[in-house]
Amino acid sequence: MNWSEFFSMKGYGLYVWGSYGMVMLVFIIEIAMVRHRRTLIVRRLRQMRDAAPNV
Amino acid sequence: MLAINWFKYSAPSTFYGAAGKMIPWFAASSVLLFILGLYLGFFVAPSDVQQSEAYRIMFIHVPVSILSMFIYLIMAGYAALGLIFNTRLSAMMANALAPTGALFAFLSLWTGALWGKPMWGAWWVWDARLTSELILLFLYLGFIALHASIDDPRRADRASALLAIIGSVNVPIIYFSVQWWNTLHQGATIKLTGTTMHVAMQQSLLVMFLACWLYVITMALLRVRSIILERERNNQWVMELTEMKP
Repeated sequence: MNWSEFFSMKGYGLYVWGSYGMVMLVFIIEIAMVRHRRTLIVRRLRQMRDAAPNV
Repeated sequence: MLAINWFKYSAPSTFYGAAGKMIPWFAASSVLLFILGLYLGFFVAPSDVQQSEAYRIMFIHVPVSILSMFIYLIMAGYAALGLIFNTRLSAMMANALAPTGALFAFLSLWTGALWGKPMWGAWWVWDARLTSELILLFLYLGFIALHASIDDPRRADRASALLAIIGSVNVPIIYFSVQWWNTLHQGATIKLTGTTMHVAMQQSLLVMFLACWLYVITMALLRVRSIILERERNNQWVMELTEMKP
């Protein structure tokens, strides 16, 4: 089975790769959002600490 | 007597550290299982007599759909725990699960539509199973929006917990919809008594389910750590965390 046959999925390629592609896209976006949320809170905590170091 | 003090782990500070150690293991095993599951699903499982290759969407549609319901029940369970025992960490876990649950409900509808188009000839039909899954998505979004709309986190937890608990009646409706009503969506293929599926298909489905499940755990633990930091920002232990060191 060569690659072009594989990607054609016997004509259902749009549907199969449209499904798996969306899942991968959603996972990537979610991972990015979770990591972004963490950097935001860590930065904010550092600012709080710098603002009142002897807390 | 081995008395495990479970409540030690329900303190946000202790759980923060424990979750931090567990995340890499969950993440790595999820990636490995995805690779194995996709290999089994695309190269080992035979093509279907009727649906030829389109059926391979099953290996992602079914795990994602089952988990969209399962995550909601776990979320409602944590919300109820938070309501009853006033444990802050339970409410935080409910909030950590909601976004991932909503994404899984969306993915269930999306992959279902892309499977339905070639097989049923329609992206969407107002079928009992599809409609109740759509309601599940709205319940997730409602939970997130309600919680975000209330400033005081504790009051937000209580209000959204009520919504989550009341909304959980929808999950059995989704599950049994294919039996109660005459639905276009097929009936339960995976029953407790086993399944009529080809063994290689079963294996691919099981591996993909475990991979998705570990992904959900990884995301929930990552997100709950941020929620803990946000809510405990005025506590001393947060400032002493290694990440806070200049």
